[in-house]
Amino acid sequence: MTKQMLDKQPREVSSKKTKSKSLPPAIQVESLSKSFGEQTVLKRISLEITQGETLAVLGRSGTGKSVLLKLIIGLHKPDAGSIRVNGAEVTNLPPKELNEVRKKVGFLFQQAALYDSLTVEENVAFPLRRHSKMSDGERNKRVHDLLASVGMDQDAHKLPAQLSGGMQKRVGLARALALDPEILLFDEPTAGLDPITAAETDDLILRLQKERHLASVVVTHDIHGARAVSDRLALLRDGEILIEGTFEDLRKSRDPFVVQFLNGS
Amino acid sequence: MANSATSINRTGSLSATGDVVVKFFEWFGNLGIFCAQWVRTAFTPPYELREFVHQFDELGSKSLPLVALAGAATGIVITLSTRDSLIRFGAKSLLPAVVVFSILKESGPIITALVVSGRAAAGIGAELGAMKVTEQIDAMEASAVNPYKFLVTTRVLACMLMLPLLTLVSDFFGILMGWIASTAAEPISLRLFIHNGFKDVTFHDFLPPTLKTIVFGLLIGMISCFQGMRASGGTEGVERAATNSVVLASLFIILADVLLVRLILVFFS
Ligand SMILES: Nc1ncnc2c1ncn2[C@@H]1O[C@H](COP(=O)(O)OP(=O)(O)OP(=O)(O)O)[C@@H](O)[C@H]1O
Ligand SMILES: [Mg+2]
Repeated sequence: MTKQMLDKQPREVSSKKTKSKSLPPAIQVESLSKSFGEQTVLKRISLEITQGETLAVLGRSGTGKSVLLKLIIGLHKPDAGSIRVNGAEVTNLPPKELNEVRKKVGFLFQQAALYDSLTVEENVAFPLRRHSKMSDGERNKRVHDLLASVGMDQDAHKLPAQLSGGMQKRVGLARALALDPEILLFDEPTAGLDPITAAETDDLILRLQKERHLASVVVTHDIHGARAVSDRLALLRDGEILIEGTFEDLRKSRDPFVVQFLNGS
Repeated sequence: MANSATSINRTGSLSATGDVVVKFFEWFGNLGIFCAQWVRTAFTPPYELREFVHQFDELGSKSLPLVALAGAATGIVITLSTRDSLIRFGAKSLLPAVVVFSILKESGPIITALVVSGRAAAGIGAELGAMKVTEQIDAMEASAVNPYKFLVTTRVLACMLMLPLLTLVSDFFGILMGWIASTAAEPISLRLFIHNGFKDVTFHDFLPPTLKTIVFGLLIGMISCFQGMRASGGTEGVERAATNSVVLASLFIILADVLLVRLILVFFS
């Protein structure tokens, strides 16, 4: 099944690219650098994600994948470089406009980061309560639809502490999708999930891309998942992008690190 | 923020004392920035009324039993200890007035503030600290909600408004138990006790000391939110945030009280 989807992808990418020529890229990162104290995490990274495209970001633990995602929505301030989301420069946007950008971005945290004093359904309702003018009935329906789409509607009244890690992750996914985002930033959406649930999550992401033409960045350690959901992959090493391209491009690479990375998992 | 970080690095060569001094001023500077942010967010819409009511309710219901108990105990202690002294000076009839005055003017407000600082400051420090280290604060920002507005403004306001109310509760139980303690030693009717106790009390004796607890509430809310929001480093960081919240809030309450007692004397006597 994944094979079929993969075969279709190169053509899809090119059609998407021509379609969105007039629009600015969904995300454009230029020579972005970030250090924490003495430690340099990202060194002059440049990336571009066009509208409707999915980029998978791979790399060893601690290379700065999560930091990259947080930079994109302005949770960290970069030391240098520019980040544009739908054409808006997030690095020096005033809070109000930054929030407008953030409303259009669905962010899934690596550890889910659910509000632990709120129940599952309240967690998903939180962004809706703040930013949409839905009636209580509409909101409840939306929350339960979202939870059903990640298979968590049975546990709507539980608190995050009563869920397993994988379940928290799925609730986080539902919360990230609550405001109908145009851009998805997912930090390891399938980590900690069993192969069946992981495949279901990948299917959900694929379906979202197809139906809603979303641009997304998916950080993952799962090569097969990355292959299934993404148009392009980028491999980070030592704060730099070692290689970027389709899965086939990566497979053709002779670089020992790339070879080891693809075969090691 | 970046500037203060580099200034810390530069002092690496200085003595340990210098380091502590720099850290101290850095802490104060950041607290100042934090307070300024609070002022800015507190008075701009949208107001987080729902969350405020929730916090107000939470704070009140959690602190009420403790405050009542502490107030009652203070009333007993004051009665027993002053009774002894007053008998020695032959001024036993002044007992109700002394009890009422010392509770209304000082012990009620300060005991309430210290109890709430132990209960609420630790709670807020730990709660926000845990939210910080588990990225819940980041998640809130990512969903375009201002965490200062949502978490800090509401909690600080709840502390400020709740403390005078809790002080009234503490005063009430203190005076009630004061009467019971003095009746146990030598029966006196509640009516007479209240009459003797309150006959010289003016609004100036009662209102300023009660309202000064708004400042204590501000200190408790601000310091505990500040410590919570800057927590880092896992469980240990949460523990540090909670402990520091209580210690610093209590310390600042006592220091502020010195100033406030003096100010009240200047303006209301
Ligand atoms: N807030 C922070 N303060 C200081 N250093 C940080 C901070 N966040 C991340 N780092 C450092 O940045 C580096 C990259 O972290 P990051 O979380 O992005 O890794 P990652 O690629 O997501 O790894 P993993 O696959 O394990 O999640 C790490 O070495 C980490 O120590
Ligand atoms: Mg990570």
